[in-house]
Amino acid sequence: MTHNIKKVLVLGSGALKIGEAGEFDYSGSQALKAMKEEGIKTVLINPNVATVQTSKGIADEIYFLPVTPYFVEQVILKEKPDGILLAFGGQTALNCGIELFNAGTLEKYNLKVLGTPIETIIKTEDREIFANELRKIDVKTPNSVAVESIDAALEAAGKLGFPIIVRAAFTLGGQGSGFCNNMDELRVLAENALSYSSQILVEESLKGWKEVEYEVVRDAYDNCITVCNMENFDPLGIHTGESIVIAPSQTLTNSEYHKLRSLALKIIRHLGVVGECNVQYALDPNSEDYRVIEVNARLSRSSALASKATGYPLAFVAAKLGLGYALQDLKNAVTKVTTACFEPALDYVVCKIPRWDLNKFEGVTKEIGSSMKSVGEVMAIGRNFEEAIQKGLRMIGQGMHGFVGNDNAKFDDIDKELSHPTDMRIFAVAQALEKGYSINQIHDLTAIDKWFLSKLENISKLKWKLKKCNQLASLDTDLFRKSKVYGFSDFQIARFVLKPKDGNMESELLQVRNARKKLGIIPVVKQIDTLAAEYPAQTNYLYLTYSGCENDVVYEHDNKSVIVLGSGAYRIGSSVEFDWCSVNALSGVKKEGYRSVMINYNPETVSTDYDVCDRLYFDELSFERVLDIIDLEQPKGVIVSVGGQIPNNLAMRLHEAKVKVLGTSPENIDRAENRKTFSDMLDNLGVDQPRWAELSSLEAIQTFIDEVDFPVLIRPSYVLSGAAMNVVSNKNELEHFLNLATKVSKQYPVVVSEFIQQAKEIEFDGVAKDGIVLIDAISEHVEFAGVHSGDATLVFPPQKLYFETIRRIRKIAGEIAKSLNITGPFNMQLLAKDNDIKVIECNVRASRSFPFVSKVMNYNFVELAAKAMLNGIIPTQMPSMFELENIGVKASQFSFSRLSKADPVLGVDMASTGEVGCIGPDYYDAILKSMLSVGYRIPKKSILISSGPIRSKIELLQSTQMLQEKGYKIYGTRGTAKFLSDNDVEIEAVAWPDEEGEKTALDLIRSKEVDFVINIPKNLSENELFNDYQIRRAAIDLNVPLVTNARLASAFIYSFCKKSLETLDINSYNHYVS
Amino acid sequence: MLKQAKLILEDGSEYHGTSFGYEGSVAGEMVFNTAMTGYPESLSDPSYRGQILVTTFPLIGNYGVPGDRKEDDLFRYFESDKIQLSGFVVSDYTDDFSHWNASLSLSDWMKEHQIPGIYGIDTRALTKKLRTNGSMKAKIVVNDQDVAFIDPNSRHLVSEVSTKEVKTYGNGKHKVLLLDCGCKNNIIRCLLKRDTTVIRVPYDYDFTNDDYDGLFLSNGPGDPKLNVKAIDHVKTALSQDKPIMGICLGTQLMALAAGADTYKLKYGHRSHNQPALLKGTKRCFITSQNHGYAIDTDTLPSDWEVLFENANDNTCEGIKHKTKPFFSSQFHPEASSGPTDTEFLFDDFIGMMEEYKG
Repeated sequence: MTHNIKKVLVLGSGALKIGEAGEFDYSGSQALKAMKEEGIKTVLINPNVATVQTSKGIADEIYFLPVTPYFVEQVILKEKPDGILLAFGGQTALNCGIELFNAGTLEKYNLKVLGTPIETIIKTEDREIFANELRKIDVKTPNSVAVESIDAALEAAGKLGFPIIVRAAFTLGGQGSGFCNNMDELRVLAENALSYSSQILVEESLKGWKEVEYEVVRDAYDNCITVCNMENFDPLGIHTGESIVIAPSQTLTNSEYHKLRSLALKIIRHLGVVGECNVQYALDPNSEDYRVIEVNARLSRSSALASKATGYPLAFVAAKLGLGYALQDLKNAVTKVTTACFEPALDYVVCKIPRWDLNKFEGVTKEIGSSMKSVGEVMAIGRNFEEAIQKGLRMIGQGMHGFVGNDNAKFDDIDKELSHPTDMRIFAVAQALEKGYSINQIHDLTAIDKWFLSKLENISKLKWKLKKCNQLASLDTDLFRKSKVYGFSDFQIARFVLKPKDGNMESELLQVRNARKKLGIIPVVKQIDTLAAEYPAQTNYLYLTYSGCENDVVYEHDNKSVIVLGSGAYRIGSSVEFDWCSVNALSGVKKEGYRSVMINYNPETVSTDYDVCDRLYFDELSFERVLDIIDLEQPKGVIVSVGGQIPNNLAMRLHEAKVKVLGTSPENIDRAENRKTFSDMLDNLGVDQPRWAELSSLEAIQTFIDEVDFPVLIRPSYVLSGAAMNVVSNKNELEHFLNLATKVSKQYPVVVSEFIQQAKEIEFDGVAKDGIVLIDAISEHVEFAGVHSGDATLVFPPQKLYFETIRRIRKIAGEIAKSLNITGPFNMQLLAKDNDIKVIECNVRASRSFPFVSKVMNYNFVELAAKAMLNGIIPTQMPSMFELENIGVKASQFSFSRLSKADPVLGVDMASTGEVGCIGPDYYDAILKSMLSVGYRIPKKSILISSGPIRSKIELLQSTQMLQEKGYKIYGTRGTAKFLSDNDVEIEAVAWPDEEGEKTALDLIRSKEVDFVINIPKNLSENELFNDYQIRRAAIDLNVPLVTNARLASAFIYSFCKKSLETLDINSYNHYVS
Repeated sequence: MLKQAKLILEDGSEYHGTSFGYEGSVAGEMVFNTAMTGYPESLSDPSYRGQILVTTFPLIGNYGVPGDRKEDDLFRYFESDKIQLSGFVVSDYTDDFSHWNASLSLSDWMKEHQIPGIYGIDTRALTKKLRTNGSMKAKIVVNDQDVAFIDPNSRHLVSEVSTKEVKTYGNGKHKVLLLDCGCKNNIIRCLLKRDTTVIRVPYDYDFTNDDYDGLFLSNGPGDPKLNVKAIDHVKTALSQDKPIMGICLGTQLMALAAGADTYKLKYGHRSHNQPALLKGTKRCFITSQNHGYAIDTDTLPSDWEVLFENANDNTCEGIKHKTKPFFSSQFHPEASSGPTDTEFLFDDFIGMMEEYKG
């Protein structure tokens, strides 16, 4: 193979957001690996600091910069690459590539686009051109009209007839799309869609048709394969990212399967794709009629899923094909002897289920539809559908035990729940079956194929059989086995057979486990080998099933296996950062000479790439399944501290089951997790903490508040990321909120803590061994305490902390590490006001900020932690954050635009979906680069300010003066305008949204007269004034940058007033850390 | 009521499962197929004659079985007039099918044709055994009615599946003489689509003096060398200049007639994902395959060459004559079931007939 590419630029996808998440870390990492194998130098632009691809040793040069044409051009000037890869960074990279092409930048620097030509990409992105291209080869697309105005949309709908679907071109994850049944609905949707895209499509609705996708690969010699097809459980009408998906398709005959397959090949041949491409179809459930819905000429969420579903490394192969390889020149990555020019044969099914976090948002609509809202996904593997779906529903991690046996999924109006799908629809199907609905009835309400429904009914029927039995001894062995084959967990069986009262079911669960082991009902381990056992596989890619009698793996049992528990589905509060931690823990384990074993089930991750470990179990992280794997592996130990809260929560249970947990002892993990014991420990150490109390009655709470005063922070104990946690400022809010909080958890009382205002929040990340801190990193929040640490903007090393504060934090950390005898990673959150320091919490595990501080410090905290946990030799010299010459800023990415009606305000509960981290020679450089990386734009003309309470008015005064000096036109709502003009700032007052007859703040946003909105909420309550909500929501819906925190707004304004794009420092990561 | 059944292999290993389809015991040669779609097509494929098939894809029965509508005097949705294989082994069978075109469940169809099946088997473990030991004799035992192991390859299977009489299909401009050794219906459909008249003749029919434009050698079951008469007739055809195309068994007959040798593969190729490389090019095609025997390319006479080669194991996937219009593929360009990417070979055959006729 000859190509003349020496250096290639790879565009990443930036921060994780709804519709564009971790899958691109996986595909980008694969592409970089493929280039490296060819000896090609790689330059990566991606500000996402938490990713694996932005780690050392993967790309030759990394730029933590926004993936926008300006910055890409700066990097091109600096690095002078001769090729560029656009297909591995999602829609962000693709859009950026198209802009670079249109601006002539690619031509100017003689950059060769590797893989699919840019002309092809443009053909697939512009829906009208796309439909025309397919028409040329007699391939059907939905009847549709492309329009560029609301009036034209209404006219088109008149011709097509309702219902219709509206889609925005050039967006990701169906942003701005939706169904409309009448002109009024269309008007609203079209306005919204047109704010994202100059062109929208008004199309015939194919609601109820089957939705089927193919992942297609083509090389430059016109060889084509389809690597995987997938069928949506939810029929058309629900975005594929919102659907439960099964691979391969289950209800298609050979004729249908191959009709769509050959169409896919015809399409990509015609379009000239070189590399990977995704084709989505609608298929009539009553004939072989079809429509092509969409073609994505790039790696996608589906392609990542297909890679994991089949074991075929699509991104890696696509990258190689871009260099001119023929498919058959490449080897099958699994067998190593057969060719990559083949179509994987599966001998299992996989089920993908989206993970939503809609409860985290105030006001958001729960209905799911043609636009994506889910924040993550899981993939479950089984040898029948029942097993896969039940595994998957447990993996989602929202307290569900499978398809049945969930106490917390009850619906008042089942018919509505079935016909107007929400994130809970599958559980409504369960309840409907329970209530005796027939499959036909459910099908009529949902249009879900009866095959899927009959499979679900199998589960439901089995549940009734189990319920008839009251003790394990009388449970029929065949029924016992069959329920395991159908994916029932020990918990479900315990609940149906033993029928314990509410509460901890630990002993019942273990009873079931012991009973079935005694009967020899144990799962077997099977390989994913791409060829359904036709060829011997070298793979370590595994799953467990009860449909089998033989293990594919021969175990060594040499005490050399170390199991790392991964992080599960991406969700708000736990995302790619824990994947980075997991991957680095695996490499740490390997470096210490042990066999690295991974358990995780998130298809978007790098940790579930079978290349990164010695054995990968793509399976549940439940107590039951982890024990099953431990029974098979008999490992040296298990690492629970790098995958976030899911593995952390297993620590004590594993310990009680006599499993060796590596690192800090589970008792001590528990001491830190348990508020009471942790607080006692702090008291003993003389370390201060905000006053708090665990209370179970309203009177007791009132008494406590009389003592500490409002505002107070209220949360149910033992919950990750403060689900349902809230700050209340008065008695009304208190009563309102308590109703919600108690609904969340009856078992645990409510914890009320004093809420300290105007305090700095500080993160401490460290690694210790035997209670001695080996390395630490202290970062400060830009925002005052009250913004969740996952939403806050972090500065590292800290720029505005007293030296004394840092010294005392280190002392406290040392005492806590010693007291908990920590070995491995840990993280603390602290408050500082003046030099008064209070500890909020301590997690004896790696935290969200580990990749960020590791990268800024150029020292891998997680590898060090693995070394400590495995008793390796610890280097004597450690870097210190005081020696850093550059500054890192981590900023958060929000996806409010996807979450229709959600109030885009920040609070103690986390709302961000992703993050970036940028490095610069000074504070403002790093702040501005990171803010631009999460989608802010430097305003060009005017700014609208509602500055909220007096404190934030004062906070913003200096920065508004700066804006004025810079010549910005400033608008303010009444109070703000008065305050600022009293302070000599020139400002034009505008009316609140509900004041009629005048020019309102909303008008300014709608007409795009302002290109930056600052709206500071009036108080900390969630019941925001209607007016403020309207302004914030309009800014989000019309894509005008919005900041809702005064400190952050101020930092941003300072940054863009002190710096311009042109003065920002463009340098590689290597430059900053060498 | 669910009935237990056993699958027993010649090495004595037993797998316990549940009976579906016909409740009777049967013996045959155990082979595996890794295709993920197309059980009605596979079950009615005459090349499976005498075999017990295990399908590695675990979920079977989902879309039921279509009705017996006929088109051009051929069953529209099947590859022959009946279920041809002897037994069917699957992991997870469902009776609750769902498809607009289904008429009955797979189990009911198998009952109709008196074909037993067994499910609840670790089909992956079974497949690994076949991969290691090669195809094995096996039996499905229902109701404890034991049967003896048999080796179907010792029988002349072709004679069991070939047409008994000469039949003509279509009325197109090219007259194709189809030697039916167990022909799949889709070969005839693919030919009829291309303006042909297809004259289907029995496997031992002497066509050497008949009037036709092109000769087509069909697929079929078993050891190719048992077809002595057919090989003889093909030998005569090879001495002439009329175009000849062969598929699967047909390719082996062509090779044997040309003087080359064939051999039995350890466990054969039965799947939808076999890569066939067009020799001397960068083109590689995904093909549907179902064969247990292959051509030994070392024995090919000098006026013949390899046309296609398997990109996985380098076995022969087709041959062609260096100067005359004779070619063949080991894979199934007619697909059904499987990928349709090589259907253009039928066009090549039509082109050859056109050229031959001037």
